[in-house]
Amino acid sequence: MDEGTKTIIDKLIKKHKPGENAVVSIFQDVQEQQGYLSEDAIRYVSEKLEIPVSRAFSVATFYSAFSLTPLGRNRVHVCLGTACHIKGADNIAGRISRQLKIKPGETTGDRKFSLHKVRCLGCCALAPVVKVNDDTYAGVSQDQVVSVLEKYR
Amino acid sequence: MKIKKMQDLNKLKKSGEQQLFPSGIKITVGLATCGIARGADKVHDAFKKELQKQKVKATVVPVGCSGWCSREPIVNIIIPRMPKITLGDVSEDDIPGIVRNLKNRHIPESKILYRTDAEENIADGRVRKYASASQAATSGKIPAYGTLPLFKKQKKIALRNCGLINPADIQEYVARGGFKAAYSAVTGMKPEKIITEVQRSGLRGRGGAGFPVGKKWEMARQAEGKKKYIICNADEGDPGAYMDRSILEGDPFSVLEGMIIAAFSIGASEGYIYVRGEYPLAVKQVTKAILQAKRSGLLGRNMFGTDFSFNVNVEKGAGAFVCGEETALIASIEGYSGEPVPRPPYPVEKGLWGLPTCINNVETLANIPVVLSRGGTWFSRIGTGKSKGTKIFSLVGAVERVGLVEVPMGISLKEIVYDIGGGIAGGRKLKAVQTGGPSGGCIPKRLADISVDYESLTKAGSIMGSGGMIVMDDRTCMVDVAKYFMSFLKDESCGKCLPCREGTQAVFEILDRITRGRGRTKDIEQLKDVCEAMSQASMCALGKTAANPVLSTLRYFGKEYDEHIKKRRCSAGVCSALIRFSINADKCIGCEACRKACPCEAVSGKPRKMHKISVKKCIKCRACYEVCPVKAVEIR
Ligand SMILES: Cc1cc2nc3c(=O)[nH]c(=O)nc-3n(C[C@H](O)[C@H](O)[C@H](O)COP(=O)(O)O)c2cc1C
Ligand code: FES
Repeated sequence: MDEGTKTIIDKLIKKHKPGENAVVSIFQDVQEQQGYLSEDAIRYVSEKLEIPVSRAFSVATFYSAFSLTPLGRNRVHVCLGTACHIKGADNIAGRISRQLKIKPGETTGDRKFSLHKVRCLGCCALAPVVKVNDDTYAGVSQDQVVSVLEKYR
Repeated sequence: MKIKKMQDLNKLKKSGEQQLFPSGIKITVGLATCGIARGADKVHDAFKKELQKQKVKATVVPVGCSGWCSREPIVNIIIPRMPKITLGDVSEDDIPGIVRNLKNRHIPESKILYRTDAEENIADGRVRKYASASQAATSGKIPAYGTLPLFKKQKKIALRNCGLINPADIQEYVARGGFKAAYSAVTGMKPEKIITEVQRSGLRGRGGAGFPVGKKWEMARQAEGKKKYIICNADEGDPGAYMDRSILEGDPFSVLEGMIIAAFSIGASEGYIYVRGEYPLAVKQVTKAILQAKRSGLLGRNMFGTDFSFNVNVEKGAGAFVCGEETALIASIEGYSGEPVPRPPYPVEKGLWGLPTCINNVETLANIPVVLSRGGTWFSRIGTGKSKGTKIFSLVGAVERVGLVEVPMGISLKEIVYDIGGGIAGGRKLKAVQTGGPSGGCIPKRLADISVDYESLTKAGSIMGSGGMIVMDDRTCMVDVAKYFMSFLKDESCGKCLPCREGTQAVFEILDRITRGRGRTKDIEQLKDVCEAMSQASMCALGKTAANPVLSTLRYFGKEYDEHIKKRRCSAGVCSALIRFSINADKCIGCEACRKACPCEAVSGKPRKMHKISVKKCIKCRACYEVCPVKAVEIR
């Protein structure tokens, strides 16, 4: 890991109250900053917090918010919660998958998009719901979702 | 200013009231997540711009979600001495017209949903009038708030301020009677007395299990430890429920006040709010609220000039359903992966860092200030024998009016679906209502008269849960629903105990087989066996209750399982291996919509000629079915 990244992570660590329990919050910040948790970053944080590497990896792999591989520039979240499910979310997810040629959990070769399934975005009244980065699209149809994706190309 | 005395609080209340009921025109825009998803942020900005452009004086204030989510963006217009007017489906394009009319104190009728002449503040029971009776009468045709079927049977206690106040302004919360209960509790009540009052109210936890709140507090009070904690569970894992998000986004101070009262009662000095990571706006609003409360001395050292000190931290979840379970939640705050541990010892004895910890849900805590200010007896008069007060439900799915509703317990399911929800959308038929999320079950139409309370729902094979209420019509396949929940649970099982880890996987595989038309008659027995094992032997409630969605659908919709297994049919038209798409020649008008919508060139046909679907190429994505204007695409 280069010195620049180290400095960034050091800064993120300082943001939190000292203590080993901060590991989840720090990983959240690293994930947001770097787009993923690299093995080096996980090791570095475990060293700084003085927790076993095994524990750091257990945390990094347990929570679905963390990715161990770099994510795409645009993160597409398709909701597969109950309300969205009965309104055809599987078909929306299928259409996105075919359009981007990736499965949920994967990233396109050009790293423009990564696709994630999420279990409820809290907009159940407006199902089916898709979120791209910070923008939420409510009541989307299969057709609409294709044009939504185009906006982020 | 730090609030030390009642006078200080009253001062804050006065200035808050001036904001809530200003002498000029005021416009509020619902800016919760659901509103923003429908463009409310643009409506908000358009108002600001247009008011300036047309030189009309009015304030524009962001508020939370008022519950009628299907009509977002929702805008309220308050003109002094006139009824408050609520508009729905407002778009940016409407704003110039609305602002132009405002100059003459006029509001164009086309977007009006209802008017409000007066508003009761449930925290103190006082009614505040917007307009006199005679002025209200001149509003003529516009329906009044309380007469609308959507609101008539609702009673808003936990949602009392959502959609009314600016959630980022502590003064407005205080103006609605906020922090009075906390003040009285901390400065003038004995903890035991508060706990007795909460016990008298009969309030039970709203996070799922329904444990009596007063009893939990008493246990936490009696527990010994050098420090105690209170945790607000805002992990809201049930996919399909979003009331906790709505409260945190629309009225975060009510939860803080509930936490203060809880902390004082049990003797806690530090609190945590564990918010689901998928709710960035909720995280932002609570964080802001905590800062403001600290600045006003409503959190921190020596609150209200007493020796009681209390602080609250925010923890953001990292995407794990099981972290809603209290012991897993604690592990997560401690910086471990969120794996539950066996109880007892319960968190009230040994919780966060081994110290006594009281965990309550968001909605539970939001009720607390009203329980104290109106009294336990008042609260206990609402609801049924064992289920007191109100419950918020997210009424979603196949119902006409989707949104958040808060109803007194004991109301019938039918009343919620038909009276409040306006029945099934598109003139279709009710099939079942799913309550309780992945730990709950499906209640069939024939039990729609069921009283909505903890006991009745459990007896029917479901649970109250956290309040998700997903209405399903005849196009929902119940085997598919069971499979959906099992797929959810097998993904979310933490994997620590074998019955849950292997059981959810095994049940999922059987259900998957059945929905693919490869089911065997003995599968039903096997399903029941594995479900039994999971319920008996799992360590935490995730596994213990994982069987519910399967068992309840087997119990009420056994025929559908049989149909899938024996006839290889899915009459709801959902399970793709068992259905075929075709075009009805008599109905097809050759409009080409289906051909254009098909992502895999399975539809052929010339303009104005009948179209055809190639069975070989069709991937059963329903795109053609959804776009056909004359319903010529049929599923068999
Ligand atoms: C798998 C699982 C998930 C849970 N998820 C939540 C949740 O998202 N929110 C919540 O308040 N309680 C949840 N609970 C219940 C909590 O363990 C706990 O009972 C509750 O937060 C207590 O608060 P209450 O008494 O105010 O309801 C969950 C329980 C289990 C077993
Ligand atoms: S189920 Fe999709 S937003 Fe809640």
